[in-house]
Amino acid sequence: MMWRVMLIGATGAFALVMVLLAAGFLRPGGGAPVSVGAWLGWGGVGFVSTVLLALLAYAFTVGLRLAPTASPGGVTITATAEQWRWRFDYGPLRSGGTEAIMVLPAGRPVVVQVTARDVIHSFWVPRLAGKIDAIPGHVNRLRLQAAAPGEYAGVCAEFCGIGHRSHGFMVLALDEPGWNAFVSGTDPDELSPWTLR
Amino acid sequence: MSGDAEPAAQPDLRLELARTWSTPQGWWGVIVNVNHTDLGKRFMAAAAFYFCVAGILSMLIRAQLASPRSAFVGPEIYNQIFTMHGTLMMFMFAIPMFEGLALYLLPKMLGARDMAFPRLTAYGWWCYVFGGMILLASMLVGKAPDGGWFMYTPLSSRTYTPGINADIWLLGVTFVEISAVCAAVEITVTILKLRAPGMSLDKMPLVAWYLLVTALMMVFGFPPLILGSVLLEVERAFGWPFFDPARGGDALLWQHLFWLFGHPEVYIIFLPAAGVISTIIPVMARTRIVGYGWIVAAIFALAILSFGLWVHHMFTVGIPHMALAFFSAASTLVAIPTGIQVFAWLATLWQGRPELKLPMLYLLGMFVVFVMGGLTGVMLAVVPFNWQAHDTAFVTAHLHYVLVGGFVFPMLAAIAYWLPHVTGRQRLPRLGEAAFWLIFVGFHATFFFMHIVGLMGMRRRIDTYHAETGWTLINALSSVGSYVMAFGFALFLGDCLMQRFVKRRAAADPWGATTLEWAMAIPPRAYNFVSLPSVRSRDPLADEPGLTQQLKRGEGYLARVREGLRETLGVETSTGRIEQIVVLPGNSALPFIMALVTGGFFLSMLAGLYWIAPAPVLGVVVLACRWAWQGGARADVGPLQIGRGERAPPHPETTSTPGWWGSVFTLCADATFFASLVFGFAFLWVVAPNWPPPACIGSISVEAAIGIAAPMLAVVAVSFARAALRRGALARAMGACMAAGVLVFVAAAGVAAIPVLGKLPDVTAHAYAAVAGAMLAYLALHLVIAFVMLGFAAARLRAGYMSALRMHELAIVEQWTRYAAVVAAIVLVILLLSGACR
Repeated sequence: MMWRVMLIGATGAFALVMVLLAAGFLRPGGGAPVSVGAWLGWGGVGFVSTVLLALLAYAFTVGLRLAPTASPGGVTITATAEQWRWRFDYGPLRSGGTEAIMVLPAGRPVVVQVTARDVIHSFWVPRLAGKIDAIPGHVNRLRLQAAAPGEYAGVCAEFCGIGHRSHGFMVLALDEPGWNAFVSGTDPDELSPWTLR
Repeated sequence: MSGDAEPAAQPDLRLELARTWSTPQGWWGVIVNVNHTDLGKRFMAAAAFYFCVAGILSMLIRAQLASPRSAFVGPEIYNQIFTMHGTLMMFMFAIPMFEGLALYLLPKMLGARDMAFPRLTAYGWWCYVFGGMILLASMLVGKAPDGGWFMYTPLSSRTYTPGINADIWLLGVTFVEISAVCAAVEITVTILKLRAPGMSLDKMPLVAWYLLVTALMMVFGFPPLILGSVLLEVERAFGWPFFDPARGGDALLWQHLFWLFGHPEVYIIFLPAAGVISTIIPVMARTRIVGYGWIVAAIFALAILSFGLWVHHMFTVGIPHMALAFFSAASTLVAIPTGIQVFAWLATLWQGRPELKLPMLYLLGMFVVFVMGGLTGVMLAVVPFNWQAHDTAFVTAHLHYVLVGGFVFPMLAAIAYWLPHVTGRQRLPRLGEAAFWLIFVGFHATFFFMHIVGLMGMRRRIDTYHAETGWTLINALSSVGSYVMAFGFALFLGDCLMQRFVKRRAAADPWGATTLEWAMAIPPRAYNFVSLPSVRSRDPLADEPGLTQQLKRGEGYLARVREGLRETLGVETSTGRIEQIVVLPGNSALPFIMALVTGGFFLSMLAGLYWIAPAPVLGVVVLACRWAWQGGARADVGPLQIGRGERAPPHPETTSTPGWWGSVFTLCADATFFASLVFGFAFLWVVAPNWPPPACIGSISVEAAIGIAAPMLAVVAVSFARAALRRGALARAMGACMAAGVLVFVAAAGVAAIPVLGKLPDVTAHAYAAVAGAMLAYLALHLVIAFVMLGFAAARLRAGYMSALRMHELAIVEQWTRYAAVVAAIVLVILLLSGACR
């Protein structure tokens, strides 16, 4: 949605510049002084800043929705990156962590606390949320939510050395029974997204 | 062609000018040459060479990505290739290219005979050559940097990049940056001081405004990166943990320092190109630029905003939402001054009757490519979108649209426009047009589709991908496009080289331009103008169509050679009133030797022979004294005839000399470096993990009292020396300088006592001690500089180089003494306060 709005706006602005450019060459006449105020004031400042203000306001509201805030029923998972592995811990929810696979309940907000052990990596599950860097010595928080149970691919999005290309992981979003089984200790390999199917 | 007829009067004058400004033939001439025209051409030719090298690397990247699961190169080599592609394009092509253009054009457009500091031009050139050789050699032996052109720590730290690769980046690039900072200071001073009489600031050609702002941005933009490189190299070499989170450092400090430079860098590249556009468009449209004042304001706005933008490269590092919103707003705000310029160019085309000559064709390419790049840039400034697109091929596509549209196309236009000036020949018809279409179509084929594959999730910097991703076709198209583009660039280069074989001479002013660089014989002589013009408006050639001939007949200023000296005029900065005759140095091998010795320092660091490193440093100090000793005069001569019934004093007898201004801007760069270091200390203290440190600095009140008070007394002593010199009391002035030197020495001893007496905790144990140590080292360095300068001043006084009239050298020494005193006060107060760090 957001992408479509920006694409239409950008195409419009591009077309405007191209039309003005072409007209500068093709229209008959020319050689008469032009109005500085009209071109630079209305065009350069007025037009550009109006478009920008609209875009900024829109982006800010969208951004607020994505900001990590505590919410009831939420789950917190710690993701730790290193060359070239991902490890996930579930705090008090589950005693053992998982590696290369992050398990979460579908349909519930999840806050991922992202950090790294060696160099900078970046946590990115393209279908679930934007990316957040995993930085040694820092913990960054990202809110995401899987609308439906399923498997979602995750990758490292910050160049981290030789193994960067294949530094990925899998997100396994489980339905409620599956999640309950997982937190009580079931190995994720034995679980599938839809327990009931 | 009519403009080139030879006027008869004063043939000896031109002969004598040619003799005064000539360089010897052969290799020796290459080494001692300090002429701006020759060095400008060298910079541009070398930049073109690096463009080809980096271009070939990019073709290897496209060869690798053309098909899925390609085994053309492995990740080890691939990482070196993309790191070097970015590094060479940024540091070895873009910046030197515009430096070369500025060196070549500026004095000619401003109506001067050379740049303000010709030997500095040459020193910058040789630093660039030697630094580039380090980078090239590393590629040939397969040890090239491989951590990305941004060198993020800790990946670039010793633990994760144990080899020499990262050191080559840090030292090689820093070496080349010396050349950039030299150029920045020199360009600034040249624009402010060395203009034609009557050329007040508001009558300067627009490109001079662009270059002035660019140079100022370099003065303030490069020091943070140089600091970052120095700190990282010290961490790698000696284990001072500035960036190691386990010992109180922080990886994010590097990112801040890098992008404090890195974002202005984009505008440092764009602004000179925009200056070229603003110069060429009115000529092609046969009119004047629309909105001169608006554009100047926009340039300054852009420069200031760009320094507030660095964080937009760090949107994903975990920054609070409100701060993100602020930087997002600032990022999009940049579009306003850019928009003003684009609309000014459009309005200029509307106002005139544009002709589609070759330079204009390249500018049309610029409009299409750059506007698209700007629009995707606005998209990326939107934080939620950035979270998705960051580090994907979408960003790769965006930055290539901005840099190729905003820099490469304008530079191609500039070459097409000024090549007749450089060679004095006409080009072959149609080759340039064919090259344009190959480049333009090839470019879009390569990069337009990259937006899409980026949105499909293809990350940057991956060496291969699977066929199931569905990216195969798009990547193949991109690769084909990149080869088409390469053919276009090869054709363009061929077109330029063909000029050697073209016999048809270009007209004196082939485009009908109105700026001063066309008011001379082409190709230009080493002295540019037989006599210097006087300027009444922004379009001197339009005011006086016969100006070129008048100047050739010697009817302008300085139509003579005095005692074999190279001379040009210096003006009062804002009004352009004649102020001084600037006496420029002649041919010199010092720049070459000094660059060699500087290179010796970098090589000894690179080889890990740290015990040798002090030797070249000492060598640089000795050479710098020799360098400074060469100028000046030992007698007062008073104001001299400069022609047209006016008189002006030679520069040593004035106060506002180019040297004085050069020293001011060097100190600005130096102070930025220091401010970045203090910022680093505060940042680590507040943000980094594993604080407070295990041990704080000991009780240093005695050392601090000496270190603060002694330089202050030295400042008083230097003021006394100045007052004595003004009265003509040379012996007293010399005594005061020596007393100041002793005081500075005492301060240095006090500062050295802090680590010697063991009051500084172990610098390898925690970042606190490391930064404290770095600040002490910086302070000690500046006390030593002040000490050497005070000794130098005493010697100059003794040798008769100063008098009540000739005081500017002492004024420069006073600046540096004051600066050392201020640094001493700041560093020692910070360290005193930080004694309670736990």
